[in-house]
Amino acid sequence: MKKIFAYPRALAKKRTHYCPGCTHGIIHRLVAEAIDDLEIQERTIGIAPVGCAVLAYEYFDVDFQEAAHGRAPAVATGVKRVHPEAIVFSYQGDGDLASIGMAEIIHAATRGENITVIFVNNTVYGMTGGQMAPTTLPGQKTTTSPYGRDTATVGYPIRVCELLATLDGPAYLERVSVHDPQHIIKAGRAIRKAFATQVAGKGFSLVEVLSSCPTNWGMTPTQSLNHIKETLVPYYPLGVYRAPEEVTGDDE
Amino acid sequence: MKGNEALAEGAIRAGCRFFFGYPITPQNEIPEYMARRMPEVGGVFLQAESEVSAINMVYGAGGAGGRVLTSSSSPGISLKQEGVSYMAGAQVPCVIVNVARGGPGLGGLTPSQSDYFQATKGGGHGDYRLLVYAPGNAQEMVDLIGLAFDKAEAYRNPVMILSDAIMGQMMEPVVLPPLREVAPDKPWATTGKHGRSTPNVINSLGIVGEDLERINIELQEKYARMAADEVRYEADGVEDADLVVVAYGTSSRVVRSAISRLRQEKMKVGLLRPITLWPFPQQVLAELAAAGKRFLVVEMSTGQMVEDVILSVNDRSKVTFFGKLNGTVPTVKEVYDRIRSLLSEGGEG
Repeated sequence: MKKIFAYPRALAKKRTHYCPGCTHGIIHRLVAEAIDDLEIQERTIGIAPVGCAVLAYEYFDVDFQEAAHGRAPAVATGVKRVHPEAIVFSYQGDGDLASIGMAEIIHAATRGENITVIFVNNTVYGMTGGQMAPTTLPGQKTTTSPYGRDTATVGYPIRVCELLATLDGPAYLERVSVHDPQHIIKAGRAIRKAFATQVAGKGFSLVEVLSSCPTNWGMTPTQSLNHIKETLVPYYPLGVYRAPEEVTGDDE
Repeated sequence: MKGNEALAEGAIRAGCRFFFGYPITPQNEIPEYMARRMPEVGGVFLQAESEVSAINMVYGAGGAGGRVLTSSSSPGISLKQEGVSYMAGAQVPCVIVNVARGGPGLGGLTPSQSDYFQATKGGGHGDYRLLVYAPGNAQEMVDLIGLAFDKAEAYRNPVMILSDAIMGQMMEPVVLPPLREVAPDKPWATTGKHGRSTPNVINSLGIVGEDLERINIELQEKYARMAADEVRYEADGVEDADLVVVAYGTSSRVVRSAISRLRQEKMKVGLLRPITLWPFPQQVLAELAAAGKRFLVVEMSTGQMVEDVILSVNDRSKVTFFGKLNGTVPTVKEVYDRIRSLLSEGGEG
């Protein structure tokens, strides 16, 4: 009989610290499944961020380096240059990647650094307790925008995929969501394709995952998933922003 | 060779195959040399988008087991402190060169020794130490960079070379060692598991209080070993001296010239030149103080190393300071005059 569902080998058998209803767990699983599918666990090196996923190195059964806030793409670059045959990925949130680490992500992308970035966008700083993020939506209330994000004084959210798509360097950019099973399957395919892009030596790949934060949004898990669908997706359109040439992550 | 280039070639000869840096005067000869030279030896030169990124690339490369170097000058070294602290915490070996210039702030481009505190007292956040070497000539640029890589890896700790604009720009003959290819065993490095049962994790997080205490105890034990075993200094004519001049790097060269003139005049003056600024040659200074020597500390700063000399001497003898403010080098005549006047003051000071 064919086994159709199993615990991913690349996922460590540990209970995570994530809040109930948080989608980090789903995204971790999709990353681990991609690593398993491509049979790259033994040569994969992850870079953990500062933020909610700071303990990612506890949850994957692969080598890991913990980076300073925002520096994961620079750390990944250093690792990759030492081990070009390794598969190196960073896993970063929106504050880490799009605020304090904006220089690092843009320059890793424009260098076409052959790494994979999993960018989890939940429009809020989760770990520090719900402050305004670079991706916080106009009008969204956070602990540091208690009256709602006022674009007249603090400006507008950053759309990372669109921004990086202005560069020649990236090989693959896609924005996905994990708010329902159908989208989770699509997200899994995108993450697999991103790793396959790196395996094929095509260069920089990034998958932006629209994610939930029930705790800091002040919503139930179900409300949070609806919020992604109804509020985040219209502002952050899903889709491929740079398609890799000749990489078929879907069906190899 | 120019000091900066001697250092760069010394690093290559010592097996350094990864360099990440960012342009800043007066250290540009190092990245420029590396940009030419690394491809010849199959190494990696990468100009980063910032000093912050450069040091974090160093953290990645060092954690992955590479023999890795970065260089900068004072304002850039300030930017690197984040990564230096992380590497100290995660026990990642690397070598950092500071071709120091005057500060604070943007300061100037001229040589200075005003980064002594930053180099030896931490620089970044947290309880950590770097092994800090201060070369006194171009040959030491070559010799100490090789030693720095070996020590960085032996202790799994960042090592700093504290140079300055004059040391970097001056030309002297050097003898280069043969090219080494170093593939040391680093079972802790991130390489991919490749059959290992547990993943290697490079990390400085101790989120539980007891974990952080354990990490810090381990680090402090390492620093104690370094302090016991790694002190280096040059003592020149200190045994029969009445006055011992303490100076490192560029200022030690000026002092040496002044002292050789004074000795011709039968003055009893010696030179104590720290080669490691941390660990500081505390013991020898304490012994010289106990033997009744007086001290003059000469620095191109308002007085930084002098604090360590005072601590070492611990009130057993008198310590005088002569400093030149950022950007100027003391002349031999100035140092000569200062020593003469101190010696003429007699034993009581």
